[in-house]
Amino acid sequence: MSTQIPHVNYLELGDRPHLVANECTGCGARFFDRRNACANCFGTEFRKAAVATEGVLKAFTIVAFAAPGVPVPFVAGIVDCAGTSVRGNVINVDPTPDKVTLGMKVRLTTYSLGTDDEGVEAVGFGFEPAS
Amino acid sequence: MASDDIWILGIAMTKFGKHSDKDIVDLGAEAVMAALTDAGVSMREIGVLAAGNLMGGGGFGQMLQKQVGQTGIPVYNVTNACATGATALRTAIMAVKAGEVKFGLAVGAEKLAGAGLLGGGGSAKKDGNKWEPKGRFGSVAPTDGRIGTDTMPGTFAQVGMEYGHKYGGVSFELFARISEKNHAHSTLNPMAAYQKQFTLDEIMNDMMIAYPNTRPMCSANCDGAAAAVVCSGETLKTLSLEQQRRAIKVSASVLTTDPYQESCQVLPDVNTLTRNAAKIAYEQAGVAPSDLDLVELHDCFATAELVHYDNLMLCPEGGAVDFFNSGATWRTGSTPVNVSGGLESKGHPIAATGIANIWEICHHLRNEAGNRQIADAKVGLAHVIGLGSACGIHILERSGR
Repeated sequence: MSTQIPHVNYLELGDRPHLVANECTGCGARFFDRRNACANCFGTEFRKAAVATEGVLKAFTIVAFAAPGVPVPFVAGIVDCAGTSVRGNVINVDPTPDKVTLGMKVRLTTYSLGTDDEGVEAVGFGFEPAS
Repeated sequence: MASDDIWILGIAMTKFGKHSDKDIVDLGAEAVMAALTDAGVSMREIGVLAAGNLMGGGGFGQMLQKQVGQTGIPVYNVTNACATGATALRTAIMAVKAGEVKFGLAVGAEKLAGAGLLGGGGSAKKDGNKWEPKGRFGSVAPTDGRIGTDTMPGTFAQVGMEYGHKYGGVSFELFARISEKNHAHSTLNPMAAYQKQFTLDEIMNDMMIAYPNTRPMCSANCDGAAAAVVCSGETLKTLSLEQQRRAIKVSASVLTTDPYQESCQVLPDVNTLTRNAAKIAYEQAGVAPSDLDLVELHDCFATAELVHYDNLMLCPEGGAVDFFNSGATWRTGSTPVNVSGGLESKGHPIAATGIANIWEICHHLRNEAGNRQIADAKVGLAHVIGLGSACGIHILERSGR
């Protein structure tokens, strides 16, 4: 039986993979990493909040030149997921300005990063065209 | 006694470019010696040194003292990303403003020629043999390239594209035309690392780095240094008429960081802190954007220049594309921007940039800019952004004496 591990701890796997943010109970600001106090209101209580899996691509770049070991080209972008901005790649699309456009609708998807020596599969996320 | 008005008494920059025979201390010393000469003061009179260097190993200020004069004065070694130079200057200004010293010296120096791609690290990204969660996001493998990009060209590409999503009107060609302007301007600047004019086709067909930024649309890594001597208005009155005539008034000196914005957690926000700094600076100086005779802004990438037209309120909100298309930011336009050639051609030796852009403004205000002189320039603005983020804005005015 193979086991899976998410690429990052804010990716929740399972039947409906989605991202989970630390949400300030005071003002609703969301963070994908830990905070001692909210960067917006300094509140110190947080709850887990599921982030919408569909959104709009509000910024992108097609990276053609990257650090050694990073396959290029790829599309890096910022997706507005119902008010929460998410950083991620746009995948399952030709990485060209003809196919990737500002304002395009995208949805979260997952893919395998491979299996390690102990048979554990790492699963990453990206966004793919939703229309 | 604390004094409210601050003056740049002397300022200098080295030529930007490849200085393979000089280290950061040599470069910094060259700028310092020239700035002291320009100011007409010696190291003996300097009460504080703020020394900026980002990529070196630290302790730059003390090394510099050993090269130009060890007088035992306090040194502040300053780093603040690409705003390092402006932060060093601001540090010297605060010391003078507080009345602690008569003369302050700020310097920024960097060796960056051949540095290649910035952001994302230089070593090969490689997965391990076992998926083990590490770091702040519990990541089991590198994230750069899988969850967005860490590269500077890619980050700032998204900054420009985000503006396009918000207001419309951006295109690859538009951003390339901004770069075309700055490279055209650079042909008049002998201090620039590159003085080559590019056609629009050449820019668009050059090597793609991170769409829509091709290579000539990215800031040029190079070596260089810049330094400035500052004093108060009270001190200036005691100096020679020639020193008073050439002194440049610092009408505003502002440093901000990025306040919380929803999306700043995933894409650095270079907008809000620039707008905030600009508002404070215009108010401090009693100057309106329309009063500016020239602007040197942080065009680390062509995609960044566009958003700062708006952030600096050189145009109505959302109007940066129309503003550029009107020709306003060419040296012949109503608000010349980056007549030095900007970071894309003059170059971007990180810690030097935030003082070198002030040198450029001072050069015009002193009517010493030769064939790239903006005629009768009276007031100018210099802006830098350090990602993370920090923004430095200085508004400068000629003395009128």
